[in-house]
Amino acid sequence: MTKYVSLEQGELSFEDSQLPESRAWAPALVDEKPEGWNRPALIAPSGDGELLEVAMGPHHPSTHGVFRMDVALDGERVIRLKPVFGYLHRNHEKIAEGQSYLASMPFTDRLDYICPITNNWAYALAVEKLVGQEVPERAEYLRVILGELTRFQNHASSIGFLIQEMGASGTPLMYAFREREKILDLFEELTGARMMVNYMRFGGCRVDASAGWLERTRKVVAGLGGFVDEFERLLATNEILMARTQGVGVLRADLAVNAGVTGPMLRASGVNYDIRKVDGYGIYNRFNFRVPLGDHGDVYDRFMIRLLEMRESVGILEQALRDIPVGPVMSATAKIRGFRPKAGESYGRIEAPKGELGFYLISDGGPNPYRYRVRPPSLINLTILEDMCLGHDVADVVLIFGSVDIVLGEVDR
Amino acid sequence: MKTVEEIKSAIEAAVPGAGVEIAPNPNGALPHSLRIAPECALAVAKFLRDDEELKLDYLSNVTGVDWPESLEAVYHLYSMEKKHGPVVIRMHTVNRTDEVELPSLTPVWRSAEFQEREIFDLYGIVFTGHPDLRRLLMWEGFKDHPMRRDYVAPDDFEYEPTAHDEVLKRVQERQAAMAGEKQAEAGA
Repeated sequence: MTKYVSLEQGELSFEDSQLPESRAWAPALVDEKPEGWNRPALIAPSGDGELLEVAMGPHHPSTHGVFRMDVALDGERVIRLKPVFGYLHRNHEKIAEGQSYLASMPFTDRLDYICPITNNWAYALAVEKLVGQEVPERAEYLRVILGELTRFQNHASSIGFLIQEMGASGTPLMYAFREREKILDLFEELTGARMMVNYMRFGGCRVDASAGWLERTRKVVAGLGGFVDEFERLLATNEILMARTQGVGVLRADLAVNAGVTGPMLRASGVNYDIRKVDGYGIYNRFNFRVPLGDHGDVYDRFMIRLLEMRESVGILEQALRDIPVGPVMSATAKIRGFRPKAGESYGRIEAPKGELGFYLISDGGPNPYRYRVRPPSLINLTILEDMCLGHDVADVVLIFGSVDIVLGEVDR
Repeated sequence: MKTVEEIKSAIEAAVPGAGVEIAPNPNGALPHSLRIAPECALAVAKFLRDDEELKLDYLSNVTGVDWPESLEAVYHLYSMEKKHGPVVIRMHTVNRTDEVELPSLTPVWRSAEFQEREIFDLYGIVFTGHPDLRRLLMWEGFKDHPMRRDYVAPDDFEYEPTAHDEVLKRVQERQAAMAGEKQAEAGA
């Protein structure tokens, strides 16, 4: 029988944890799933020394922003981990409920600021669902092109950060940023901004892409495949990376589903669920692409899934750039001034680079949304952070956390 | 995928006495949702997750809503196994002031853990049976629930005196003195 850590023993002193007894549930690694199987399996301290409580963050360099993990350590081993949020909270949802629908569009850029295009897209999709707005062909293609470029640069830089946290500071991250820079230059040329793009509108896109822009994009995309090969040769069989990541931070498929984990994290655990395939939103069912799946659910699988998804993104980009038609980028029926959706509610979701990004809107017929809710993949993917980290060393916590791929602008909103 | 009406009758067959109603979406073109009585919400949730035909194993989104008479929690369910959804279920509290308890669905779907904490924090719905109900985004010791529509932000929020204030004060004093001098001149 496993002995659980409980606060009554007085060995742990998390200031904020008055945990009820229901927390000491059975471990997750059993097949018959007793009551509470989806709780973290707590680990007993070895008892040959004192426990140390460390606050990792909010200014730890590996937290990619202001995120804090309160960890309890038995030697090097993590026996408890509590994430603490809210350092970047600005109540995005309240602000959005106080202004018109369109006024929130530039603010969505600031959620996941690495991937502003997909934030725009998810919000536009939810509003278009609410009012039943069609989107012209060319705008759909432009959304796919920009969305996949965004996915590519997000995955490249997230791998770069992950490797940097392993100690390879510089080279892989700079390789990734070299490509990201080319993509951001394309964004800047099209939208006027590298990151805060404010590009989409309800019923299309804000500006059309010129023939020259499409030509330059084709040139950049032609080079991306070679970059993925180079990146893979550089990293995938690297001995240090394999030793540090294989078998570390394993996430079981059933727990991943139950905990609402989405995106590359989920697929690394072997669950075939990609909203681009399931919902086929926009025009994604026209493209031919595969969904890579992992079979161990460890940090290495998450790294490989991102690498393979980059290659699929290049495939989608080539098809989209080949087929893009000419035509308007804004629907003629789209309304900008006096935009008041009928009373009702809608939930729009997309496969953002980090997972399922959804917007839930309730309209009461007025110019502002009555309720505006962001379903942040970064926050919900952190639900099982403690489960993955328990029993590992502190140095592994940094890797496991890095492999979740979060952005604090979206976690705290 | 079953329609909302079929799901309603399936729930009523499986969970006797489950008070399930169809909550119509005011916009008829968009899907309707199911209103669940809080007393049997856990049983209904387990049925929805484990039923062979529905298999709603993935809880995507949990939202708090502040209505004039009550608070509401809205759950968006999908099935990763069957690849269908969404099924939207919602629960109401009795009022907005003292009877604000709802049963937590975290024991059924772990993904509700942080989202229910967020609703507790920002709306003040108390989820009974939640394993770790604490504020998520606001700090410990914060009193109010900022997402409620009648929330009033404190007017001295983050006020700090700066060097600029002193300069401003000196300017105002000087202007007052000059105005006084002018008045004295006019009087003379």
